[in-house]
Amino acid sequence: MRKILALLVILTLLISALPGLSQDMVELRIRWYNDGNEGEVLRDLLDRYEMENPGISIEIDTVPYSAILENLPLDLAAGEGPDMARVTDLGGLAEYYLDMTPYLSDPAYWEDNFGPFLNWKRLPGDMSSIPGFMTQLTITGPFINRTLFEQAGVDVPSDMSDQVTWDEWAAASVAVAEALEIPYPMAMDRSGHRFAGPAISSGAMYFDDMGHPTVMDEGFRDMAERFVNWHLDGTMHPEMWPLSEGYAGANEEFANAELVFYMSGSWQVGQFSEQIGDAFDWQTVPNPCGPGGCTGMPGGAALVGIASTEHPEEVAAVMEYLASQEVLGEFAARTLFIPAHAGLSASGVDFDTDLQLAKDSLGVFVGQVGTLEQTAFDLQAYGNNRTVFNASRDRLTQAMVGELTLDEAIARIQDDIDTALAEQG
Amino acid sequence: MAAERMTISQFLANRRGRRRPDTSDLLTYLYLTIGTILMFGPVLWLVASSFKTQAGLVKYPPPLLPYQQVQVEVAGFDKMLPLYEVTLEDGTTQEMAQIRRVGIEARMIDPANPDAGETKVNIRQRTPVEEVKLAWENYLDPLIELDNFDFFTYLKNSIIVTSVATAITLVINSMAAFALSKYQFKGRDAIFVLFISTLMIPITVILVPVFLVITSIGWKNNLWGVIIPGAATPTGIFLLRQYMLTIPDELLDAARIDGASEWHIYWRIILPLARPALAVLAIFSVMWRWNDFLWPLIVLSQNDYFTLQVGLNAFQGELQIQWHYVLAMTVVTLLPITLVFAILQRFITTGIATTGMK
Amino acid sequence: MRLLSILDPLTRPILLLLVTVVDRVLTPIQRRIGIDKMGYFFVLPNLLIFGIFVLFPMLLNFYYAMTGGTKLFPEDRPFIGLGNFDNLFDCGDFLSPNSCQEDLFWRGIFNTIQFVIFQVSGIVLFSLITALVLNRKIVARGFFRSVFFYPVLLSPVVVALIWKWVLQHEGVLNAIVEIFGGESTRWLLDPNWALFWVVFVSVWALMGFYTLILLAGLQSIPPELYEASSIDGANNWQDFRFVTMPLLMPTMFVVLVLALIRAVQMFDQIYVLTGGGPGTRTQLLVQYIYTTGFASQIQLFGLSAAASMVLGITLLILTLLQLRLGNQSSLA
Repeated sequence: MRKILALLVILTLLISALPGLSQDMVELRIRWYNDGNEGEVLRDLLDRYEMENPGISIEIDTVPYSAILENLPLDLAAGEGPDMARVTDLGGLAEYYLDMTPYLSDPAYWEDNFGPFLNWKRLPGDMSSIPGFMTQLTITGPFINRTLFEQAGVDVPSDMSDQVTWDEWAAASVAVAEALEIPYPMAMDRSGHRFAGPAISSGAMYFDDMGHPTVMDEGFRDMAERFVNWHLDGTMHPEMWPLSEGYAGANEEFANAELVFYMSGSWQVGQFSEQIGDAFDWQTVPNPCGPGGCTGMPGGAALVGIASTEHPEEVAAVMEYLASQEVLGEFAARTLFIPAHAGLSASGVDFDTDLQLAKDSLGVFVGQVGTLEQTAFDLQAYGNNRTVFNASRDRLTQAMVGELTLDEAIARIQDDIDTALAEQG
Repeated sequence: MAAERMTISQFLANRRGRRRPDTSDLLTYLYLTIGTILMFGPVLWLVASSFKTQAGLVKYPPPLLPYQQVQVEVAGFDKMLPLYEVTLEDGTTQEMAQIRRVGIEARMIDPANPDAGETKVNIRQRTPVEEVKLAWENYLDPLIELDNFDFFTYLKNSIIVTSVATAITLVINSMAAFALSKYQFKGRDAIFVLFISTLMIPITVILVPVFLVITSIGWKNNLWGVIIPGAATPTGIFLLRQYMLTIPDELLDAARIDGASEWHIYWRIILPLARPALAVLAIFSVMWRWNDFLWPLIVLSQNDYFTLQVGLNAFQGELQIQWHYVLAMTVVTLLPITLVFAILQRFITTGIATTGMK
Repeated sequence: MRLLSILDPLTRPILLLLVTVVDRVLTPIQRRIGIDKMGYFFVLPNLLIFGIFVLFPMLLNFYYAMTGGTKLFPEDRPFIGLGNFDNLFDCGDFLSPNSCQEDLFWRGIFNTIQFVIFQVSGIVLFSLITALVLNRKIVARGFFRSVFFYPVLLSPVVVALIWKWVLQHEGVLNAIVEIFGGESTRWLLDPNWALFWVVFVSVWALMGFYTLILLAGLQSIPPELYEASSIDGANNWQDFRFVTMPLLMPTMFVVLVLALIRAVQMFDQIYVLTGGGPGTRTQLLVQYIYTTGFASQIQLFGLSAAASMVLGITLLILTLLQLRLGNQSSLA
């Protein structure tokens, strides 16, 4: 015992002398999370930058995504933030972002190329700051397993019409599943963000005349009712929503060809390339339609500078490098992310994959940008949107398992939003 | 019914020795077998799964062993082609390599006889030929390839946190337990009750205030911020105090008569005598610290300071969990603690038993 | 141990130096204040850490509970007195969570009570059976003792990951069930199965520890007592009922107390396993506190702190009650 103790005492003494970092160069830290290989690609790009700029070293701190949502806001509020961060709660954290405008050599480049997405990262009323750029643009939309349709001899609805409704897709998916005895006709990611697209398509407004978020309209109720019922009658994969805390996806089921129609989004393409390859024909189809349009939701993650940084000039310089058309293009190509960059959208990105299915799928998603409704953009730009999304997700789940009726659930969603907003003042 | 009652009661009362094998022994070994499967099975399943590829992990029903599809080289093709067993129209089966698949039709070729040309096969008529192959890359990528996952730094930090925290915990808890069990001073009982009553408060519910304290001390991104707050464990004080109460006061008095200082008594008499209880606390402390996740995640946000548990959770993204890495790295974090346990197994189990939590 | 002795030439002088220095410093102090007051010195390091990192945050938490808004620093937060408590206790009917303003708080309370009852009885029952089994004359007792103890070593997150992997619909348990001709089940989706598995998994993970304690209790029962009772003609059941159980009672009490404490604190394991689902079926009070104050976009520190005060006060009363009961039972 005593020997162990002695050893430990020595260790204690040793670490109290842990070396600090050498201060002769500027060190920048990026708080980052990974869904796939993007961290590795970024490292590679930054290594190149460091070679050319020996005075700057950039560290990537990869944390679990939950830490971006839960710990980063605390760190920022306490003034303990990093120099840059990859965030998804774009508007919610806007007060902590660095306005890089004074440090950028060409602010016009940013306005021209990232224009439509900059206001997602700004506080209400702010029309000019440049806090960062989107590492990827995501667009929600459905994937289908076309091979299953062919095996079942069911026509793919989107082959015959540009405007397929949710009900038509549901009927077709159920027909395929029944013909082939497949367990799940449809599935949707467990996320209020994913649900928002269909809801807007069916007429949900999400904001009242005063700009206050609301879910108390027929459009929202209509989709919510359909959605809850689909979970009860087995049209939708009944396990995902009721089960999980937070996000859940149906990649396993889709990859095993046990799922016909999967409402998810563009970020899945890279995963499906790995998990499915060309074992069957997976395909992205346009978002289904309703009285409110045929919209998905835009979304994505941004790399932003943090205002508390001690090196704003260097942060801006690194950002300028990463956001340049050439570098961002390479990043997008290697990660299979859709870039949110006007120049790249115009020129197109040659995605770095041999898989034609993946290229086609990304192509459909890029084409979807034009069909998104304004409400979808507004909701994405709204700073407290995650409060709306999470309340929708959790309360609709309670309706599915019978803890609340549909109307109680909708009232609770509204109540949750109102309470949180009132507290925020 | 009566017979059943008999076996159960035999079982309940049975102690070691003096009997021949009978039904209750059968029951005993049945229980032990089921118990072993239940206790170890899931862990073994985790280990087996960690050797599967990304595609293998999503298969259902899940194969017991990590299979991968056989790839063959066929003359005239640059790439390796996947091998299938094909049921031909005449009902015979043949192994064929797939060139490509269009819709529900696959174009296959006989690898042994590529000159025979392509055959069109319905995809329902073919099943992949698989072989057992361990996906070592699940382990090797994080350890070597991935630039942003610095395994050895995390390991170093985990070891430092675990060992230093354990040392500090042992010293200060034993000092406090010594004071609370062997001295009469004003406020002693109040302090004891204060320590013990916090036994039930989980740190989860005071995360934000403790976070504030840590940042105002400047221990954000400092291993001390992980080590110190959890060092004053109520469990440790409780356990050690109960044990020290059984050390006779006469021993201490005798030492005092010989002129020993109080510190000397603590160091030379109390600590050696409390060894079994200290050992138990040490084991628990190592376990707690090695496995700790929630708190380190709050204190540490820079790569250089991550512990293993924090680092390995970085594979949990927004929209994807990289299960193949998560499983492999979980196995890696299990290894040291399993190894320590395997070596000290007898010592640990009897240690807990003999301190007996009196 | 032998391996470590290589380091002796290195460690021994340092340790000796350290101990001697402390002794040199302390001896004059001891002379001045007397022996009994040295207790203060020994308790000081622990008390300091405890004060700064446990007691002070708890007081801070108390203050948070009286404030509103979403600002992090206490000085920026408006004082609202008991407003948060009013919200928590704003109920039409205390037995029906849906009638409450903070319905999830009350669901958390009811779920916690249920979970604690099932989990603690599960632990007591199975660790008792296991201890009785291990106390028999069996081969490889050391091995089996380790087998049942092994899960205790695993972190709650790992335990949850392992079982999530086993229980998922595409998981190995369903594959096994199908082999035996059963139907695959959504184990974590059905409200009752979910509660069952949450309890089962935590019993799985913790029972090894309590088994060892009970085993020690069983082994400390003197064999003469059984000989005496068999002379009196007692059968095995009576042996168990009138000799084993009464003598095991103090140990059982320790097990009960420790298991209860752990059960009320249970959080990360369930959070990872079911996330509190299906719906809110397995969402416990601690998860409510965590989610409200920490894992929401708009973090309601005040409400969360108020809920944790309610939890804390309940726990405090329970602990003190147990200490009192414990003192009585150890006297008896």
